[in-house]
Amino acid sequence: MSKCLVVVGGHRYGRPVTSAAPLIRARGLVKRFGDFTAVDGIDVEVRPGEAFGFLGPNGAGKSSTMRMIGCISPPSGGELRILGMDPVRDGPAIRARLGVCPQLDNLDPELTVQENLTTYARYFGVPRSTARRRAAELLDFVQLTERADSRVEPLSGGMKRRLTIARALVNEPEIVLLDEPTTGLDPQARHLVWERLFRLKQQGVTLVLTTHYMDEAEQLCDRLVVMDGGRIVAEGSPRALIEQHSTREVLELRFAAESQEAFAGKLDGLGERVEVLPDRVLLYVTDGDAALAQVEARGLTPAAVLVRRSSLEDVFLHLTGRTLVD
Amino acid sequence: MVTLVLPRLLDTAGTTRRSASMVERNVAALKSVYWLLLISGFVEPVLYLLSIGFGVGRLIDGIALPDGRVVEYAVFVAPAMLAASAMTGALAETTFNFFGKFKYQKLYDGIIATPVRPFEIALGELSWAMVRGSAYSAAFLAVMVTMGLTTGGRALLAFPAAVLTGFAFGSAGMALSTFMRSWQDFDLMASAQFTLFLFSGTFIPAEVYPAALRWLVEVTPLYRSVHLLRDVCVGGGGWWGLADVLYLLALTALGLTVASRRMVGLLYR
Ligand SMILES: Nc1ncnc2c1ncn2[C@@H]1O[C@H](COP(=O)(O)OP(=O)(O)O)[C@@H](O)[C@H]1O
Ligand SMILES: [Mg+2]
Repeated sequence: MSKCLVVVGGHRYGRPVTSAAPLIRARGLVKRFGDFTAVDGIDVEVRPGEAFGFLGPNGAGKSSTMRMIGCISPPSGGELRILGMDPVRDGPAIRARLGVCPQLDNLDPELTVQENLTTYARYFGVPRSTARRRAAELLDFVQLTERADSRVEPLSGGMKRRLTIARALVNEPEIVLLDEPTTGLDPQARHLVWERLFRLKQQGVTLVLTTHYMDEAEQLCDRLVVMDGGRIVAEGSPRALIEQHSTREVLELRFAAESQEAFAGKLDGLGERVEVLPDRVLLYVTDGDAALAQVEARGLTPAAVLVRRSSLEDVFLHLTGRTLVD
Repeated sequence: MVTLVLPRLLDTAGTTRRSASMVERNVAALKSVYWLLLISGFVEPVLYLLSIGFGVGRLIDGIALPDGRVVEYAVFVAPAMLAASAMTGALAETTFNFFGKFKYQKLYDGIIATPVRPFEIALGELSWAMVRGSAYSAAFLAVMVTMGLTTGGRALLAFPAAVLTGFAFGSAGMALSTFMRSWQDFDLMASAQFTLFLFSGTFIPAEVYPAALRWLVEVTPLYRSVHLLRDVCVGGGGWWGLADVLYLLALTALGLTVASRRMVGLLYR
């Protein structure tokens, strides 16, 4: 286990401690596809060693942003610097120091699991013997050693994802870009990926990830931006965002009726805010149990009740009026 | 001066290395099924040579070259089969296989996230195609020498000419493949390829065509390749061979440029 810790990020020791210069800096960054604006002037700064997230629903512009940062999509406007360089002019030099796990796995179907890593390392100019050694270490790191000689296509979704993550590490990158690293995985597979990413973070690798899972963002990100419709609608640490845009607790009420709307009117004056969803009503309050007592005092009898802490989902709902995952 | 030139030289080294990594990938992907395919590419032109070169050759006393010499029909046909084999070998890799990797496997989408650039992918794939094409050419030349259809010395000269033929067709084919929308489009390409194969002075001298048609035939890349290889293998062409070489070099450069430009546009979305 401890062996894994040497796999990635040997370079980080050379980084001056005092320097807080951002590794990624975007100012008014724009991406257009024809008339359509996918990324609409965003400002982002990612600092060394942090885990930075883009949280947003499908179509928010997360992947478009990641592709620009990955130097495989030229910006349509604004300013972008990565590792102090210009992605259009210095693409190869920047990419040499990035690790990329794209939204859709694009592993090499004609190669084995291990060959996928060694061959990819060669694209970065890693010497053959080093590539073999790293491949073995990384397969261990993502728990795929047993499948080293298997082809890619019989692997499960979770295994492919882990292999793609391992592949993103063959060049010992300073920044790892992960576009929806756990989308489509079952809970167990997700937790394994989270655990590995957390370990990378501990090793000092800068992580940039996108997700539409608020629990993923809360688990992994030191700081994140909430994206919607190509724009950034909020920015901060998960905790700070929740504090700033939501209450401490949420009282979820489900009424046994066609429309939740009718009941929502009767909740006036309770809590800071009420959100009505198709299947339930959310009451934003400081103390959930106290609020529930008040609801019952008004003679309302919800069919189901849940008191929980506020999450990023609530922040998103508050900021955009929509739920994150539909 | 040094600071100006050095980065360029270093980059050339980098380009070579990154293209080579693409070739390496293909070597790693080489699995047993592929070998059958490889062998078929060699057998085909030999069969043509045997059936037409010697078969039809039996019905004909001989055939006159432009310089007036009369040679056996098989001697006339063999260099053309060499050119056709170089063309087919290179095209198989840079059209069908290239398209599959590009559009269906999304192989290059993964590779562009590394320092490897589209031009280097194109160059690497073309070089790989030429590894395959060169093996065909060498084997076919060996057959020609064994059958007394050319001399050993001429065969040594013909080899680089055949490789150049492969490069020209390989890069042109790759450029065309970037415009293909589906496998159906390849049927068109296959028809075009077969037409070239039949009418590029391969089986009958282009001199027999009416002037307008002859002119058309003479600007096609396979005609220039056949012309060049016949010159080298049999002789009698004079300085025209140099024009053929320039033509094929230009086609190689043009194909590579178009292919990598198109790839930049399609991959860096
Ligand atoms: N290559 C493309 N051509 C045209 N539109 C695109 C392209 N890529 C993305 N889009 C559009 O841009 C918007 C943002 O897409 P994307 O960045 O993939 O969002 P997300 O990753 O947040 O789901 C979507 O509406 C999508 O349809
Ligand atoms: Mg996306």
